[in-house]
Amino acid sequence: MPHIPSILTHFSPELILVVGMLLVLTYDLWVRGREGLQANLAIITTVLALVATLVLWVTMPGSHPVFEACGPGAKAGTCRPGAFISDDFTHFFRVLGLLGTLLVLISGQTYMRGRTAFKGEFYALVLSAVLAMNLMAGANDLIVIALAIEFLSITSYILTAFLRHDGLSIEGGLKYFLYGSITSAAMLFGMSYLLGIGGSTSVPALAAIARNPELAQVQGYANIMLPALALVLAGIAFKIALVPFHQWSPDAYQAAPTPVTAFLSVGPKAAGFAVLIRLFVGSFSSLSASWLGTMGLLCLLSMVVGNVAALTQGNVKRMMAYSSIAQAGYMLLGVVSLGGKTLMGLDSVGAVLFFILTYVFTNLGAFAVIIAVEQATGSAELGAYRGLMRRSPLLAVSLVVFFLSLVGVPPLAGFVAKFAVFGAAVTGGQVPLAVVGVLTGVVSVVYYFGVVREMFFGASEEGQPGPIRVGMGTTFVVLVALLMTLVVGLWPEPFITLANNVAHSIAPALQAAGGH
Amino acid sequence: MAFLDNLPILSLILAWPLVGALAVMFAIKGDEAVRRFSLFWSLVPLVASSLLWWDYARRHGHQGLAYEEYHPWIPSVGINYHLGVDGLSIPLIFLTTLLTVIALWYSSGVIKERVREYFALFLLLQVGMLGVFLALDLFLFYVVFEIGLVPMYFLIGVWGGPRREYAAIKFFLYTLAGSVLMLLALVAVAFNTGSFSLVRGGMSSAFTPAAAVPFTGDLGNPTSMVAMLCCLGFLVAMLIKVPSFPFHTWLPDAHVEAPTAGSVILAGVLLKLGTYGLVRVVIPLFPAAFSALALPLGLLAFTSIVYGALVAMAQWDFKKLIAYSSVNHMGYVTLGLVAATAAVNAKVPAGGEAAMLESINAARVAAMDGAVLQMFTHGIIAAALFLIVGLIYDTRTHVRDFRVLGGGLWRTVPKYGTFLIIACFASLGLPGLAGFVAEFLTFKGAFGIGLAGNGTLLILTALSVLGILFTAAFYLWKPIQMLMLGKQNEKWLGTPDLTRSELAMVGILTFFMFLVGLWPNSLMATIHPASQALVDHVVQVTEDSGHSINNVAPAEAADAAPSP
Repeated sequence: MPHIPSILTHFSPELILVVGMLLVLTYDLWVRGREGLQANLAIITTVLALVATLVLWVTMPGSHPVFEACGPGAKAGTCRPGAFISDDFTHFFRVLGLLGTLLVLISGQTYMRGRTAFKGEFYALVLSAVLAMNLMAGANDLIVIALAIEFLSITSYILTAFLRHDGLSIEGGLKYFLYGSITSAAMLFGMSYLLGIGGSTSVPALAAIARNPELAQVQGYANIMLPALALVLAGIAFKIALVPFHQWSPDAYQAAPTPVTAFLSVGPKAAGFAVLIRLFVGSFSSLSASWLGTMGLLCLLSMVVGNVAALTQGNVKRMMAYSSIAQAGYMLLGVVSLGGKTLMGLDSVGAVLFFILTYVFTNLGAFAVIIAVEQATGSAELGAYRGLMRRSPLLAVSLVVFFLSLVGVPPLAGFVAKFAVFGAAVTGGQVPLAVVGVLTGVVSVVYYFGVVREMFFGASEEGQPGPIRVGMGTTFVVLVALLMTLVVGLWPEPFITLANNVAHSIAPALQAAGGH
Repeated sequence: MAFLDNLPILSLILAWPLVGALAVMFAIKGDEAVRRFSLFWSLVPLVASSLLWWDYARRHGHQGLAYEEYHPWIPSVGINYHLGVDGLSIPLIFLTTLLTVIALWYSSGVIKERVREYFALFLLLQVGMLGVFLALDLFLFYVVFEIGLVPMYFLIGVWGGPRREYAAIKFFLYTLAGSVLMLLALVAVAFNTGSFSLVRGGMSSAFTPAAAVPFTGDLGNPTSMVAMLCCLGFLVAMLIKVPSFPFHTWLPDAHVEAPTAGSVILAGVLLKLGTYGLVRVVIPLFPAAFSALALPLGLLAFTSIVYGALVAMAQWDFKKLIAYSSVNHMGYVTLGLVAATAAVNAKVPAGGEAAMLESINAARVAAMDGAVLQMFTHGIIAAALFLIVGLIYDTRTHVRDFRVLGGGLWRTVPKYGTFLIIACFASLGLPGLAGFVAEFLTFKGAFGIGLAGNGTLLILTALSVLGILFTAAFYLWKPIQMLMLGKQNEKWLGTPDLTRSELAMVGILTFFMFLVGLWPNSLMATIHPASQALVDHVVQVTEDSGHSINNVAPAEAADAAPSP
């Protein structure tokens, strides 16, 4: 029997999301035509889930398995470990996912107005996507990982194709779906190998087996471990949009309703990294010889292809797709630098978590501006940004700050994040990857500044379009993101400490390994 | 002025322009108010830096680091907010505050578009420049080194000439490409030394909160692969900023397209960030590696000097000519720094070692003095020249081509012509003016080292003298002969001469040209102890690590040496 009180406490953020999702759906059934309230319900649900997570994090630190499978007669200790685990690491990604979704919901509040009649479904889907992300953050069993990734994928497909009268939207969703089904199949295939080797789908059980030195003696063991982990990695890399599993993302990003694009650029990526780190760093770090090379290659390709392909994009949403591929490459750089010595107190996994934290705020800030510009001009093409400095100084200056942060110019958050990740890479012995990383970072200036050039140097062609009216929600999100970008850049200490502590909670073995 | 010790005076100087930028952006209403506010606001750091200099001379006797501020910033990584000044930085801080005032003064007359943004960006730029001269922590140094990029990008890109967008992005990309490699090198240095502090070993006065951490691991051997790679990482960043051949191609574009005040700051201060980085970071951290690179660096310096002068000679655009002459003049700085750290292998008669060492040391310090002084004098002279070009181009002729401007301008605008000729003479190194002192000291030191026992440096220095010749040639030929003298070009008859405020701007800079030229000790009193300390540090560290740069051996011993 599952332990009900434990589920009610440690699974409460997810339960709140489920209830909220059902409420939004049923509300839509009963009350037709009333504007805005579905969005408000979704926002309230997210805030409640966020509060629940923070309360859990502060009041009950440590790791709490949920859904432990203990039969009625089973003795203590023979329980199967929880399929879901609520620990600091889960909380960290819950908070990031919920905060990110909250910002997307606020900045995109008015975007869906008039674009679709199915608002209830839309916000219910957004809430289920967050639920899926939370499940990924705490998934402690291969089955839950696979189901959570599938869950997130399916909601993402529908959200991408949500504007069903728009051919592009449908095309983007379909491409996303086709790529997604194949990589999911590959991942499940890989997981079946892990099940075969370990005899269990539980991640801690598999990790224990992986750490068993006798395993290395088994004939042909390495030959089967490499493809198994590579296939699992493919499934996760698809969600993160790492090269070469990225081809869906430019099309999906361009075609999706812009708030969905904003959501896709942070939510699934963060959740994907949660699974990646928990699985590969937290559990299979002893097998790093089997996966480090493959991951290094993905990192290299993502940084190079992402930054170079972004150069020629004329659509800002599409450009941001490539930009976020490159950013994911930088995050992965921190993961492949594991096991090395650390720069003072800076852990390599901590660097990745810190990078993701800054990325969520910076990227969502940039997307808040993109949404506002699209609502004002009806376009996300480069030309829509012409003369934005005159039309809305707030949007233009903020977008420059977000882009500079993504480039990694001090004293902004993105700079400290890059410093942390490249610092981890240099001290972790990945100097060639770090050199490629910083040089492709210079390349990224060209495409970000292509937009900046339009905003500041470009004179408007058709007369002087009037100033853009920026809604309350957008202003709020832009200011929050701006504040975070500056505060984390100028005073990163508490955030670095937080990321480091979370990293240590997931990989204590790693910490011990680094110690001697 | 003991109260300076109780104030975070350096932080105040650093934060002042930032507050001003925010005020301009959000609080001040109206273009005219913005212009006036920015100008008066920028006077305060000038007064503060003058006071600081005076107090440093009076109470600290020009010795060591002073007014340090030290606070933990990112303790979990060991990064501190650490400021301090010494004889290397104080003149440059003064230069920055002075040139900012002049640049803002000039801008308030010519900038008519997007005034608020312009002045806010300019004040922001000043924060970055001052920060570089104040920072004593590597991470902080990197942060402020980069901050100036963005305002300069916009200053060129919005208020620049016809090819401004190209010039702006080129400037940004070149500088960023250099600095990102520095970022990796910085991490490696911190990783190997356990500290981000720039103050270690003999460089600091009594105040060493970071407890001068020695090099460990691979950096323990200063000529090791790691040390060499780190040194190169920093070096490329600095050489791009200087800019030294072959990294100089951003400079003519940026200079030509930048608005006049932007060029003044670019030539006057931003180029110095590179050479200052060499004396503050590269040489103290990697004395042996820097010394080992003397030959390639010397070749780059020589090429910058001679090639820069020759290309300048080929220009018909006044502004471009001065831009290339900056490549030439910054080459002298690099040459001086190479000479101050180059290895010497001297054979002396027995008993003459001490005298030889003393003369080598004197030559090193002279070269270092010359290099550091050249930063200041080039800052003044190049700023004056760009201002002079701006005065004729922005508001009078709107042409910069010597062939179109024609001759006899001295007769048309006599005051303008006089200042132009003085500045050109100062730049070509006429005795009595600032440029001469710095170049003389540099060559004196470089020849001294070359003659004492470094044949390659001797040849490079001798060839570099050609640069002085070419510089004299193009200044005399183009600005002076073609522009000032000759048959009066009737097109410009009636062009108004300098107004009173224009006269004052150029006059102040000219005053400093004469001051340093006639009374070099006014600056040398501050610079000399600092460069002496830096040379001592280099000699000491290289000797301790077994890669001494002063190899003085008795001649007899050398003759006996071949028998195994």
